[in-house]
Amino acid sequence: MTIALDLAYVAPTSLEDALGQLADGDATTVLLAGGTDVIARLRDDAIQPTRLVDIKRIPGLSSVEIRKGSLHVGCLVTFSDLLASDLVQDRFPGLEEMARLVASVGIRNRATVVGNICSAVPSCDAGPVLLTHDAVIHTTSPAGERAIPIDRWFVGPRRTAIEDGEIVTHLTVPVPRNHHGAAYARLSRTRGEDLAQASVAVLLEPGHRYRVAFGAVAASALRARRIEALIAGSRVDAELVDRAVDLVHDEVAPITDVRATAHYRLRMCEVMLRRALTAATGRAAGDGPRYDVALI
Amino acid sequence: MRHAITLRVNDEVRTLDVEPSDVLLEVLRGRVGLTSPKAGCERGDCGACTVLLDHRTVRSCLILAVEVDGHEIVTVEGLGIDGLTALQERLIELSAFQCGYCAPGVILSAAELLAETSDPTREEVQEAIAGNLCRCTGYAPIVDAVLAATRAPAGAPTPEV
Repeated sequence: MTIALDLAYVAPTSLEDALGQLADGDATTVLLAGGTDVIARLRDDAIQPTRLVDIKRIPGLSSVEIRKGSLHVGCLVTFSDLLASDLVQDRFPGLEEMARLVASVGIRNRATVVGNICSAVPSCDAGPVLLTHDAVIHTTSPAGERAIPIDRWFVGPRRTAIEDGEIVTHLTVPVPRNHHGAAYARLSRTRGEDLAQASVAVLLEPGHRYRVAFGAVAASALRARRIEALIAGSRVDAELVDRAVDLVHDEVAPITDVRATAHYRLRMCEVMLRRALTAATGRAAGDGPRYDVALI
Repeated sequence: MRHAITLRVNDEVRTLDVEPSDVLLEVLRGRVGLTSPKAGCERGDCGACTVLLDHRTVRSCLILAVEVDGHEIVTVEGLGIDGLTALQERLIELSAFQCGYCAPGVILSAAELLAETSDPTREEVQEAIAGNLCRCTGYAPIVDAVLAATRAPAGAPTPEV
């Protein structure tokens, strides 16, 4: 099974050069970073570019650091880079919990976080967690720079708010307040290689400020605003968890496919929301499950 | 358009002419003659094509040869260049594999873990090889052998695990 395409390949060493390659209308261009999605799609003949622009030789796109109160995640940062970051471990345990659940080591060593939200499959793992963290996606193009809040980023399956000629240079994630609690529950059939069948992310900041998002149960990852409105400002106890779980079927629209039925996904979203809300609340209070203990 | 790439493969510098569409796995097997990386699912799920790229495990079925220009690749052939590693000896002693198709990928994944952690937990070993599918063994003897490699110097009696 080879790639039967007449492809050109360029590896620019500056962002300007890469933007120039993108702007050149003579070729159908696809950007290449980790390639775990792009190369698989080339092999499947799902995309037919005439030119690949490999951005891995552009310096300055691999940083994971705090800038102006937010985590700056360059577009070449892999899931393994997130896991290796003490900063992420200390200040963003919800991101770490998510990164550890993505595929397997060999994929995490190569797949980028930005690539995960750019390929924008409904089951992407970064989507729900970044939604709960109010991440912002930063793009650049010859027309200038844009900052797109993540709740306006996902447009549909494999569709985002990115425009022709733009490159996502990085994303920013505001530092959650001290004593926050996060949780990411991810359902899959097997460990190490399956996509999420359904997933739930929760972030609780002081003042009972809850954010809730789902993955793999709609056209794209989505914020659960009715559930958030129900529990906002309240101490989440067993009764409130029950009422939140009752709203799940209003928030998600799962489909049946080869990985799960719609009914199973819906029911498991209820189970996972219960566990994630309880875990995030406990973690914020300092008595929840450890972040490296799987919630499902 | 062909590209001339230079890479270090198992401690030997190689220069190759490749097409942009040439996949690393196929170049390693067909052009370099290294057949330990296997073609399995060819979409990143099974781990049979695992190689070390700059000391990290990657899926060679999801990487173009042209991307690794200037980088270093190690396969199982290169891992055992000075004789079998302690890890490989334990895997043999404990008959950890059956058909062996997954073995190169498992060995490299375990080697990556052992390079980072000299005393991993069972859970860490399971996580390290979670992306390497084995259809024969049920994994238990593989995990036992990796743990044994961390606990016993070569030649010492195998501890209970």
